[in-house]
Amino acid sequence: MQKITRDTLVSKAVSLLENGTVDAVLGWGKGEFAYDVTPTVFETADEIRENFVWNDFCGANFSKYLVSKTRKLEGKILVFLKPCDTYSFNQLLTEHRFDREKVYVVGVPCEGMADISKVKAITGDGISAIDFTDNGLVITTLYDDEPKTVAYEDILAERCVNCKSKKHVAYDELLGETGEVLESARFDEVAKIEALTPDERFAFWQGELSRCIRCNACRDVCPACTCEKCVFDNPNSGAENKAPANSFEEQMFHIIRAFHVAGRCTDCGECSRVCPQNIPLHLLNRKFIRDIDNFYGEYQAGAEVGTRAPLVDYNLDDLEASDVFERRDSE
Amino acid sequence: MNTREETLIPVVGVITDVRIDTPDVKTFRVVTPDGKKAFEHKPGQCAMLSIPGVGEAMFSITSSPTNTEFMEFSIKKCGCVTDWLHQAEVGQQLTIRGPYGRPFPVDTEFKGKDLLFIAGGIGLAPLRSVINYCRHYRDEYGKIDIVYGSRSMDDLVDYKEIVEEWTKDKNVDVHLTIDREQEGWDGHVGFVPNYVKELGFDTNKTAIICGPPIMIKFTLQAMVELGFNKEQVYTTMELRMKCGVGKCGRCNIGSKYVCKDGPVFRCDELDELPDEY
Amino acid sequence: MRKCSLSVLPALFAEIAKSNTLYIPASDNAGGAKFTKWEEGIQYLDTLNTVKSPKDFFFPHTEDLMEFKVTGKNIELFDIREESEDFVVFGVRACDVKSFDILDRVFLSDPVDSYYASRREHGVIISLACTRPAETCFCTTFGIDPATPAGDISAWKTEDALYLQANTQKGEALLSSVEALTEECDSTDVEAQQEKTRKIMQKLPLANLTTDSFGGGKTLELFDSPKWDELSEACLGCGTCTFVCPTCQCYDIKDFNTGNGVIRYRCWDSCMFSEFTKMAHGNSRLTQLERFRQRFMHKLVYYPENNDGLFSCVGCGRCLSKCPISMNIVKVMKALGGEKK
Repeated sequence: MQKITRDTLVSKAVSLLENGTVDAVLGWGKGEFAYDVTPTVFETADEIRENFVWNDFCGANFSKYLVSKTRKLEGKILVFLKPCDTYSFNQLLTEHRFDREKVYVVGVPCEGMADISKVKAITGDGISAIDFTDNGLVITTLYDDEPKTVAYEDILAERCVNCKSKKHVAYDELLGETGEVLESARFDEVAKIEALTPDERFAFWQGELSRCIRCNACRDVCPACTCEKCVFDNPNSGAENKAPANSFEEQMFHIIRAFHVAGRCTDCGECSRVCPQNIPLHLLNRKFIRDIDNFYGEYQAGAEVGTRAPLVDYNLDDLEASDVFERRDSE
Repeated sequence: MNTREETLIPVVGVITDVRIDTPDVKTFRVVTPDGKKAFEHKPGQCAMLSIPGVGEAMFSITSSPTNTEFMEFSIKKCGCVTDWLHQAEVGQQLTIRGPYGRPFPVDTEFKGKDLLFIAGGIGLAPLRSVINYCRHYRDEYGKIDIVYGSRSMDDLVDYKEIVEEWTKDKNVDVHLTIDREQEGWDGHVGFVPNYVKELGFDTNKTAIICGPPIMIKFTLQAMVELGFNKEQVYTTMELRMKCGVGKCGRCNIGSKYVCKDGPVFRCDELDELPDEY
Repeated sequence: MRKCSLSVLPALFAEIAKSNTLYIPASDNAGGAKFTKWEEGIQYLDTLNTVKSPKDFFFPHTEDLMEFKVTGKNIELFDIREESEDFVVFGVRACDVKSFDILDRVFLSDPVDSYYASRREHGVIISLACTRPAETCFCTTFGIDPATPAGDISAWKTEDALYLQANTQKGEALLSSVEALTEECDSTDVEAQQEKTRKIMQKLPLANLTTDSFGGGKTLELFDSPKWDELSEACLGCGTCTFVCPTCQCYDIKDFNTGNGVIRYRCWDSCMFSEFTKMAHGNSRLTQLERFRQRFMHKLVYYPENNDGLFSCVGCGRCLSKCPISMNIVKVMKALGGEKK
């Protein structure tokens, strides 16, 4: 359960709106059920009081929205960012994607977000109510006489199980306290895939990517994918391919995307969260992060504004291409 | 092999003549490889032309249905398929399918009426089919007025045909205009909507407008100012199309598909559609 | 009506698969379900909705339409169409069965789409009644009874038996081909199950959703609603809703140069995509608001206007569970006045 309460967020949003610090608030809006939260721009205190949501299903990372919202809005926008969201925020600023002056960041601590599909795997469909308690989510369904309590550790999203940081790396104001960068096991799964033989690895990715329906949700949600015109949307690029067959081209979409965000991906995990086919896309990005760490020294995209990422920087100690081949051949 | 009919499967056509109309418009004459017309059509209808590997696109059929030998397409160079066509030579094959869309009501509402054609730039292409159809069945229609304007003298499509044929017809008045003064031009200078107002036509005519969206918008305004009802004015629309038969889902304006319910619309029909074109 | 014990189910599948390709819902190994070609060892998965709808069977995500060979200035065209083989899909839910009616009106109206028609004629649908609808279900809003699914054969699954009722000639032929495995029965157990399901439907959280504010003739009233702005505010412009939707039918036609000829293929397209209506010289829907509005206006107004009031939504709930930002047709309908007070 989130330690910081909805009331805290609501009163902060209302007071900043009413005292004129901001003109709009980017927050999570109420849905039909407890878990279907929609990113919402609130412009009045009443709307906030009525529809603002803060619970364990507020996984959406708002950083990317700032690119379009700061252009659309005249004034300043308040955005609530969880620790991992702040890395994307910094990375976007590093890439000059929006005007920092037009944003007021309120950092919110995060205890990890729930994955509704994990909840449903335990309780089944037909959820009629969710209560958020210290012991876990208490789920009432249409089919069970007694509500079921599911422990948070069993329903946390993968990216939260392997949370890399509870530290806010950007904010104008903090609610509660910020945390520390964590030692996480996020590369364990990558190591497992690296340990496979090339044929096994190919089969693994072919199995995963064959489910892709080419909806582009991973790209559209990705804070590192902010090109004004994506190559995959340009009919003249020769790469605009909407056909998602289990083909070489389809795998190319994900591989090209992973290359394009390499060194800029903060590992926020939005790609895997939104994938309707549950493809573990974050693993591709983590592989790049791990390789960059190994080749050039540890680097966390978005940890600071304005850092030069290893892939866009050069120094004399950099790894030579031949070293990479040697490394590959020695494997 | 399948014996079912399938509209998406075209036939092969061949370009037998390429006429350079303007710096960016060429008119292509198309027949089947055995020298026949690919299919019959009515004025205002369209056809899908494609170059395999380049793409397929919808074009209005410029020639009149009364032409029994071939079809013509006046095509402005502005995208993938049109760029490719513009470098094609006589003898080049392409694919063709159609006819698609609702034609102009030449055999019903237009019958016996005085007709006023108003075109801007490449907008003459779809109207040329109707104009020549009405000229062919001259007795079926009343007076014909044609107002046609373009950026410059060089941008007037079908100039030769207009001067050598249309202007010589009895009871056909052609009013040409270009946007700016130009050496060698002693005709009218000015934009089409203003010229229409200057000419001040009788409001008993049936009008047919085609051109860039902005020209259609202002000409329609001018017509209303002159006292025309929208029921008397027809236009033809263009949106992105893939199938041509109302199934691929992209050329709709509200519940109407331009490929199937259009491209010809009466202007009062457009008022019932959302403003999204 | 005929029935068989659930223990006979594998034998039933095997019998059907002798003369037809059979597809059943099975695990996609990623927490979801997909219609999977049955063969020995494929386990039937008792699931409500597959992630992708069964529209794929008739309107595949991608399909080759024709081929060309280009030599110099000459073009040769090859009609590569082949008549579809007979196939059977087992376990289609009532909402998805209804979606075929909606697709039929597009693809089987003149001029008939021969690719679709061939598959439709050769496919036999065995539907399956729902017993455990999800909170995201709202098929009853569109007049669908999940306890009485249509299809060539309707099926009901109880604790211990499968009940089958043929509705069409195709269904009767298939049912008689498995006669040895089934026995004649009355409908008492089925009726009891139906009653139970219908009661659950009334208790579902979306039971109050109505179509009263929508339908043909509502274009101008709804098109300019100020609500579209806030509804589309967070839309990512991805194609998830369209691609999991059983009734979305927009497609693109594209050419692929293999280096040894050109394949003209068709693939699903999405009105949510930015270049959907883009032409060489302009785009009629420049903003996500316009694209978002198109999708819902099409389902709730344009389609019914052209199809005798039939809505182009079946309430399957896939968009509710899959939209990355949890925006969906239910929220749109409620915002535009579609909730019983």
